[in-house]
Amino acid sequence: MALLQISEPGQSPAPHQHKLAIGIDLGTTNSLVATVRSGMSTVLHDEHGHALLPSVVRYLNDAVIVGHEAQAAQSQDPVNTIVSVKRFMGRALHDITDRAHIPYHFVENDSSQGMLELKTRAGLKSPVEISAEILKTLKARAEKALGGELTGAVITVPAYFDDAQRQATKDAARLAGLHVLRLLNEPTAAAVAYGLDNAAEGVYVIYDLGGGTFDISILRLSKGVFEVLATNGDSALGGDDFDHRIYCWVLDQVRSKTKDFKPLTEEDTRLLLTKSRQAKEWLTDNHEANIVCKLSNGALVDETLTDSQFVALTEHLVIKTLSPTRKAMRDAGLNIAEIKGVVLVGGATRMPHIRHAVQAFFEQEPLTNLDPDKVVALGAAIQANVLAGNRSDEELLLLDVTPLSLGLETMGGLVEKVIPRNSTLPIARAQDFTTYKDGQTAMAIHVVQGERELVSDCRSLARFELRGIPPMAAGAARIRVTFQVDADGLLSVSAREQTSGIEANITVKPSYGLSEDQISGMLKDSFGAAESDKQARMLREAVVDAQRLVEAIQAALAEDGETLLSADERQQINAHIDTLLALCQGDDSQAVKQATEALNHATEAFAAKRMDASVQKALAGKNLDSLEL
Amino acid sequence: MVAGNPLPFKPDQGTAMPLLHAGFLEYMQNYFALFQLPQQFELDLTQLDSQYRKLQAEVHPDKFVSASPAERMHSMQMATLANEAYQTLKHPTARARYLLQLQGITTDEENNTAMPADFLMAQMEWREAIDDAKYSKDIAALDTLLKDMRAQATTLQQQVATEIETAPTLAALTVRKLRFIDKVSEDVNQLIAQLED
Repeated sequence: MALLQISEPGQSPAPHQHKLAIGIDLGTTNSLVATVRSGMSTVLHDEHGHALLPSVVRYLNDAVIVGHEAQAAQSQDPVNTIVSVKRFMGRALHDITDRAHIPYHFVENDSSQGMLELKTRAGLKSPVEISAEILKTLKARAEKALGGELTGAVITVPAYFDDAQRQATKDAARLAGLHVLRLLNEPTAAAVAYGLDNAAEGVYVIYDLGGGTFDISILRLSKGVFEVLATNGDSALGGDDFDHRIYCWVLDQVRSKTKDFKPLTEEDTRLLLTKSRQAKEWLTDNHEANIVCKLSNGALVDETLTDSQFVALTEHLVIKTLSPTRKAMRDAGLNIAEIKGVVLVGGATRMPHIRHAVQAFFEQEPLTNLDPDKVVALGAAIQANVLAGNRSDEELLLLDVTPLSLGLETMGGLVEKVIPRNSTLPIARAQDFTTYKDGQTAMAIHVVQGERELVSDCRSLARFELRGIPPMAAGAARIRVTFQVDADGLLSVSAREQTSGIEANITVKPSYGLSEDQISGMLKDSFGAAESDKQARMLREAVVDAQRLVEAIQAALAEDGETLLSADERQQINAHIDTLLALCQGDDSQAVKQATEALNHATEAFAAKRMDASVQKALAGKNLDSLEL
Repeated sequence: MVAGNPLPFKPDQGTAMPLLHAGFLEYMQNYFALFQLPQQFELDLTQLDSQYRKLQAEVHPDKFVSASPAERMHSMQMATLANEAYQTLKHPTARARYLLQLQGITTDEENNTAMPADFLMAQMEWREAIDDAKYSKDIAALDTLLKDMRAQATTLQQQVATEIETAPTLAALTVRKLRFIDKVSEDVNQLIAQLED
């Protein structure tokens, strides 16, 4: 096992060691992995030279197949071959409105709140596990290409993904054994790749129509700072929906021509959906497409779809992308004339009528000089390279926003917004609430995400109860609820009763996410159930965490140890490092964890001093007269 | 046990978390000092932008991905503070409110709704115009209204700039008026979004 390079205590680690970091575009239809090599962001290929990995996972009795081979089997084995799993991430069964047309055996999770599951021949699979298979394949590809253990990965998500969908993505990465450096919004990643490539400055729009999601982001690019001004979208609208329109049209044609048309089998459904996708792609460069195949009941399908028919069938989907676009423009407070360029991202933007619609809306020709399938992965790799600490010529700073307002349910089923949409991350807001009944000792905190005023129109993220409020008259208690969204766009919420001094802090995970127990269970399954394996894995994880921390602190000491700490203080920290490294040689994972915690604690004051120094450095050299107020 | 959903407690603006702790320097308790800008209503927004970006470039969590948990926490707090400070200074109403707050004057926007009659009349006229536009689905009319409101807000901002220095109590009333206009503008924007769907 190639561990992170650790130097002897007191010595600084090798300063210019190149870390292996990757960017992953975990797409609805296809996924990609990219890395920065010799200063260039490059997509990594598999042994057959394919850059795109179809996001298709097929479960056999004792094996899992991912990619092209799985895709080829989807018509024969539709139930066990999962395509477009991204659409199910962080979703409950009732969220999937068109499930009648999807050939899977969905299972509602035991708690009706939880994420749906799919029944395959390998057992029940959560979308998180299925996505983890795709990530594992990409991880293996990257490790093979780069020849070493990865420091970490940036994984992209649609900007309009809500908290549950983001958390599910992060859980999938953890299951795949990837260290997530950051979840990055897909349009922002595309902007990075485009902006750095073209030395772009000004306000740019990223129109990103993928296989299953639509995002619109408006960014201001200036000297390496990518500031998202507004984002909007639809996390259930993409190229898949265009396929689906063709599929429905073909079905109508066949039905009208066939007497006593029998219901389609799952195989037929998948076959027709595949044919529909091929017809859509064909129509990008041709005026008509033939859809020819034989169904299992013997019925022959032979239809011709013209491009104008296709446009008519899907016009409403194109229009559906323009409403979020208008909203984002309004939120950014911009008019069309202020937009310097519009970048098209996602394979679905190859459709000519999408291009025409975007061009008509923005009154300018959209930019397509980067491959719309690859641009997101390329941008993610650039950000991964910077986050991993590899020296980069350009200064790069991404300031992203939260796509949806966050709030909580108040009396009468109304939403009180705490964090408005398009707030720059990270953000924390606190708001006070009170009781409405005399003697009320508990309060139900229901966290929701969305723009509407009624709770029933918003997405429920989490519920918890604050107990132990001392009995008081109605309206006397003061409960401060704090929302915090980190740089990954993930939310945590805590609540505390203020007047009595009684504290009850609760941090929540979304109810559509997986519990810690479920993840542990899945990890155990994937590593084998033996107790000794479990112990070994826990030790390995603890040692990797410990070494990561030691490396971080040694780097900090090398930079600022001399200037910010006394010899005594340095000695204390080094003693903690020595103890921890010694424990890493043993086999007590609990002791390693405790010593890691102790080392982190011992560097608290140093961390605070370093932050002060950073702030001063940031604004140093500014005219200090302005401080004399 | 009596349980129930929460009621807003005098709903005000979401207040910033108390983020600062003993280790941080005193100048960071003042948003103007944080960005090294003069403490006054008139503000060079380009300079604010540039100072904000410089600060985030140093403290943003992206710069601390492989740092210790202690440093990551400090980074998260500083970046959150920088965002809060930037948003407060960037928006004129919030900036005026904050300047008064630094003087120990609360604008009390949720509880004190007393307004001069002429201002109330103007509000009623706006509300009527909004209702008319709503029923006739006239987005252009709503856009014109937004422009009117912006013009009125600009006048009030010029007024508040001097009031903050000379007559803080009057400034508090002007902030309340500005807040009023902000709210109506938000409603109009929401209405336009609805009509466009």
